[in-house]
Amino acid sequence: MASPVPAVAVHRLVNRFGSQLVHDELDMTVAHGEIFGIVGGSGSGKSVLLRTLLGLQLPRAGEVLINGQALKGLDASTLRQVKRTYGVTFQHGALFSSLTVLENIELPMLEALGLPEPIVRGLAVQKLRLVGLADEAGAKYPAQLSGGMVKRAALARALALDPTLLFLDEPTAGLDPISAGHFDELLVYLKRMLGLTVVMVTHDLDTIYRTCDHVGVIVDGAMVTDTLDGIGQHPHPWIREYFHGARSRVAREA
Amino acid sequence: MTIAVEDLNGVPVLAVLGRWTAAEAAQCFDWVETTSIPAGGLTLVARIDALDLTGAYLLRRLERRAEEAGLSVRWSSPRPELLGFTDTLNAEVCAAQPLPADAMPVGALLPLDRLGRWAVHGGDAARGVIDFLGRIYAVAGGAIGHPKRLRPRSILRQVYETGLQAVPIVALIAFLISVIVAYIGAQQLRQFGAQPFVVDLVTIAVLRELGVLLTAIIVAGRSGSAFAAEIGAMKLNEEVDALRAIGLNPIELLVLPRVLGLIIALPLLTIVADAMGLAGGAMLSWLIVDIPFNQFLVRMQEAMAPTTFWAGLIKAPVFAFLIALIGTFRGLQVRETSRELGRLTTVAVVQSIFLVLLADALFAVIFWEIDF
Repeated sequence: MASPVPAVAVHRLVNRFGSQLVHDELDMTVAHGEIFGIVGGSGSGKSVLLRTLLGLQLPRAGEVLINGQALKGLDASTLRQVKRTYGVTFQHGALFSSLTVLENIELPMLEALGLPEPIVRGLAVQKLRLVGLADEAGAKYPAQLSGGMVKRAALARALALDPTLLFLDEPTAGLDPISAGHFDELLVYLKRMLGLTVVMVTHDLDTIYRTCDHVGVIVDGAMVTDTLDGIGQHPHPWIREYFHGARSRVAREA
Repeated sequence: MTIAVEDLNGVPVLAVLGRWTAAEAAQCFDWVETTSIPAGGLTLVARIDALDLTGAYLLRRLERRAEEAGLSVRWSSPRPELLGFTDTLNAEVCAAQPLPADAMPVGALLPLDRLGRWAVHGGDAARGVIDFLGRIYAVAGGAIGHPKRLRPRSILRQVYETGLQAVPIVALIAFLISVIVAYIGAQQLRQFGAQPFVVDLVTIAVLRELGVLLTAIIVAGRSGSAFAAEIGAMKLNEEVDALRAIGLNPIELLVLPRVLGLIIALPLLTIVADAMGLAGGAMLSWLIVDIPFNQFLVRMQEAMAPTTFWAGLIKAPVFAFLIALIGTFRGLQVRETSRELGRLTTVAVVQSIFLVLLADALFAVIFWEIDF
């Protein structure tokens, strides 16, 4: 799986809102085929980083490369090509509320694949089953789903165009521990079966310990990246607190 | 992504070549649909550069075509791993059902069905509005003894947003409509040599009807929609539930200030519209009919009965109440989806304009009967 070009690379990223410096020359590298967790305190700029990676927001300085392709200065059609290589789930699902789950999954396919509708329907059902949803869930509207089902449906939509790279924003937030555990298993399973690279912003220590290969902690506007074992040895007080607090010990023993 | 026919010891073999991924899905689909399957059975060999779930699904379709024709399917190379993985996912894909829509009657029954649904919904809506009205009265009645519960700050904000901010557009439209009425009136009255009566026409039309009616319609479009959308968005965001859970009454916090604010603002806007309408009439009388401004004032006062001004203004609070009632009622009806929000905002505007016109017609009849 190792490839000389990293799936995601960020060089000397600077983001600033007014006088508040959010990212100060932040560097980040995600290798192909790994699950990378982004961690940080509230207001440390996790969501801003994710939005910058997705190209939804332009950084003040620095560059973002997705599979070796710099996002800055791309013309619209190339940017669309790059965007089709990754899938995204948002924190609250962001499923289109006027469409059923199946229609939500079909929407990007109908736009991008150029296949007739019955084939797209079959592909969408395949994705629905892939994330462990029952066929009946496909006909439901997002408002009729439970929290765990929303997360799975959002994942199915993110996988619609068979991306090699997934960005997940708080994929297990708001789920009960059992559902969150199932979601973690699903993620590891999909990574293994489909060779996905996953970048996720999360606060869930259980998820981090169960799924992540590397963790990037945003402290003081920069990122400290290490393996799960390595990050625990880091001297920075916030990181020590995060990975050695009472909640963390329980998660690690689990 | 191609499928090439090769020959392996006299047996035709289909070689699957290239990239079979979502990016090439359309071409892959063409190959899968158009490749003819050899009569002796399907033998496949995979020389694939990249395969993803979309490609696997399409390859599975090729296999299935052979199976349905009763032919054997063999792979002379190992069957791609991903294809095996998707076997369970692809089972009976056609079992996926589209929406379980309501069973719709067809043909001659359809109009009857529509009428029935419409009547039932109409009855529900009417009951809902009456219920809502009762709640507002209950809250307002309870609040009368406690001025703080009337939320004077919220009311002021509503007066500012629905009243003061609407002054420019209301003034402009009242001025223009009055100019149009005066212009057409002057043309018609010229046939009878009765041009000076254009002053009477403008005065009575603007003060009794046009001023208040135009203002109400503008406000229904401006503020009725805003009420429905604001409260609807709060419903979607569960803010209304949050208010209830804290023990606060959404009617008291959200509905009553809007109703009272608009009841204060609309009469004030009507006075602005009346003034601008008369100004427009005066300008046109001076330009077309050669009536100078001081003469216009004199004729205007002669044309006015003591009740003319009040006959228009007295309707304004009633219209305001109807607009605010429908706007907030429809806003609170929003549930679950953003589509509902758009639909109910539209419904709020259409219904409040309709009710304003209906009420205006009732006023006309009543004023006629009591000779007001």
